[in-house]
Amino acid sequence: MLTRRKLAVSTAAFALAAGFTGAAYAQQKTVVEFWHGLPQPLGGQLEQVVKGFNDSQDKVQVNPTFKGSYPETMQAAIAAFRAGNAPHIVQMFEVGTATMLSAGPAIKPVHQLMSETGSGLDAAAYIPAVRGYYSSKDGKMMALPFNSSTTITFYNKDAFQKAGLDPNKPPATWPEVADAARKLKAAGVTCPMTFSWPTWTQFEQVGALHDKPFASEANGFGGLNATLKINDPFFVKHLQTLIDLQKEGALRYGGRDNAADSLFPSGECAMIQASSGLRGRIVKEAKFNWGAAPLPYWPDAISSPKNSIIGGAAFWVMTSPKRTADEYKAVAAFFSYLARPEVDAKWHMDTGYVPVTLQGFELAKKEGFYDKNPGAEVPAEQLTRTATTENTMGLRLGNLPEIRNIIQEEMERAFQGQQTAQQALDNAVKRGDTVLRNFERANKN
Amino acid sequence: MQRRVIFDNRALPYLLLAPQVAVTLIFFIWPAAQALWQSVHLQDAFGLRSQFVGLENFQAVLSDPNYLETVKTTIVFSASVTFLSLVSALGLAVLADAKIRAAAAYKTLLIWPYALAPAVAAVLWMFIFNPDIGILGRALNNLGYAWDYRLNDGQALTMVILAASWKQVSYNFIFFLAGLQAIPRSVLEAASIDGAGAVRRFWTITFPLLSPTTFFLLVVNIVYAFFETFGTIHALTHGGPGKATETLIFRVYQDGVVNHDLGGSSAQSVILMVIVIALTAIQFRFVERKVHYS
Repeated sequence: MLTRRKLAVSTAAFALAAGFTGAAYAQQKTVVEFWHGLPQPLGGQLEQVVKGFNDSQDKVQVNPTFKGSYPETMQAAIAAFRAGNAPHIVQMFEVGTATMLSAGPAIKPVHQLMSETGSGLDAAAYIPAVRGYYSSKDGKMMALPFNSSTTITFYNKDAFQKAGLDPNKPPATWPEVADAARKLKAAGVTCPMTFSWPTWTQFEQVGALHDKPFASEANGFGGLNATLKINDPFFVKHLQTLIDLQKEGALRYGGRDNAADSLFPSGECAMIQASSGLRGRIVKEAKFNWGAAPLPYWPDAISSPKNSIIGGAAFWVMTSPKRTADEYKAVAAFFSYLARPEVDAKWHMDTGYVPVTLQGFELAKKEGFYDKNPGAEVPAEQLTRTATTENTMGLRLGNLPEIRNIIQEEMERAFQGQQTAQQALDNAVKRGDTVLRNFERANKN
Repeated sequence: MQRRVIFDNRALPYLLLAPQVAVTLIFFIWPAAQALWQSVHLQDAFGLRSQFVGLENFQAVLSDPNYLETVKTTIVFSASVTFLSLVSALGLAVLADAKIRAAAAYKTLLIWPYALAPAVAAVLWMFIFNPDIGILGRALNNLGYAWDYRLNDGQALTMVILAASWKQVSYNFIFFLAGLQAIPRSVLEAASIDGAGAVRRFWTITFPLLSPTTFFLLVVNIVYAFFETFGTIHALTHGGPGKATETLIFRVYQDGVVNHDLGGSSAQSVILMVIVIALTAIQFRFVERKVHYS
């Protein structure tokens, strides 16, 4: 018969053994905390990618955690760092880049991580427009690009047909866009065109396409003393065109950030300039024929447009007082996995984000993805069509989210007729420069 | 006979007080002190570098024309929300207090909106008033009225005022109804017998007897309009178009959380704190004199 004492001893031994194997198990795998800001369904797809990595080896366990929208993820990461408890990896949207770069000891640059751990990740494998956005002044990769998008035009082929426009020939220039919008309006379309992410699509991208600076100091890459350049006559003329089109009823302002996104798949608006990441939603929701086209340009400003710039997010490595070399090694192993062409290509084909590596793009081509999905190659082609200049590498401005909001506010006042395009952009520059000066002061060493 | 309680042990009273003092220190004094400290510093987002800048943050905020615009918006917004939600709640409470059929059902339905999270409430309003997906918004446009709160200051402000008031009506309604039911019927009946009409009865008896409730709700509603309407505004308009629906508390969030300007944001919350303390003091000093406590 089992005495009470024996029972106690054997239970203790069992607990000890369980604890022991548990500890051994934990020792085997290095745990990496990874915070991301992608809601469903994209978040689930990202977690599948992580699972693919976890299953591919038995040394590292990456734990993905959804932390809310991009700005919320950024808040969480900053708060965690302040508390001395930052995650190993955080996904940060592109406009947070300058803030992350000025974080100094809070982050570990990817190029440094890679050379310390000898993982041999090749920065040259990345598409230049993507690599440029996340590189330091001297061209060193600071964050790992992952989900990048760019802005393109989606248009409703049925509406084009109805308005007597060629559905297989989307307008390529702004005069053609304006002309098409007027014809669509004449044919009874209530919303001929719109755009989401107003600052991104109408100023950041328009600047890059025409090789015009959005800000001085190479769009901020040159230093913290950059000033905004968007009250240049070129941008004033562009905004004035938008205001005029809106007055005529040929364009509809759809709201801040991505609020206008819903106007296209619902069939309300016939043309939209939006993130290439909208593709997935259009595929699912649109009940009409549609096409994708590159962004239009002003032929009187440039004969052939430059590459567009990216949006989306990248992965940043954060530091913490207790972090060990093994943990960084684990992070590097995960990053090397993400850089594999087959992982990159699959993510691109599943989600509508652009392939971030050249090999990933080639692989998607080879698999016949673009033959089956016409228009899906537009974003990648637009990103890679020219070599990057200092105006097309992207933006490196402190507190860019705030500057984007300021521009949206001033644009809205102009669309309401409270001020002219010139006044709107003068105000935006004045207020935006104040933001830049404060950032410069707060981040000076 | 000695009636005061005497503690033999000198330490005991302090010990008994300690939890309350600790809670006050940790949850009230410490955060407030931090806000004060940050309001005189300039700091980067990660808190790696910080420098003392004196009153510069206050100076920057108070000399910003947009901030003064926001103060104006807040006054219009808070006054409208307080007035609208008090008046409509009082009206509904008077109606529900009367002897009507299915009064219980009405009362329950009127209390519902209070249980909704501000953001959810805002989404419901969007389904009604959004010019593209809202039922009423679409109808207005089809009728030829250019309704688009994303591009019209007045429409946007009207909408957030309505949504924020609607959310608060239930709360006011409960208190008014309770207040009404506490009024002795005999007094009202006596007035009826003396020949006073419904309107006269209301203004000479009911309303004065309700004044403690009204005063309490006035304070609560102003504080609500100042601090708790953030979710509604955030979900409906994000403070836009332009800055038409940006209130002081929205800007504190915007500058602090979105823009990482902790110094400026802290300075604003200190200013906001002073404003609300002043408002409450004024109310208790002057408005309360007109209140009749029975």
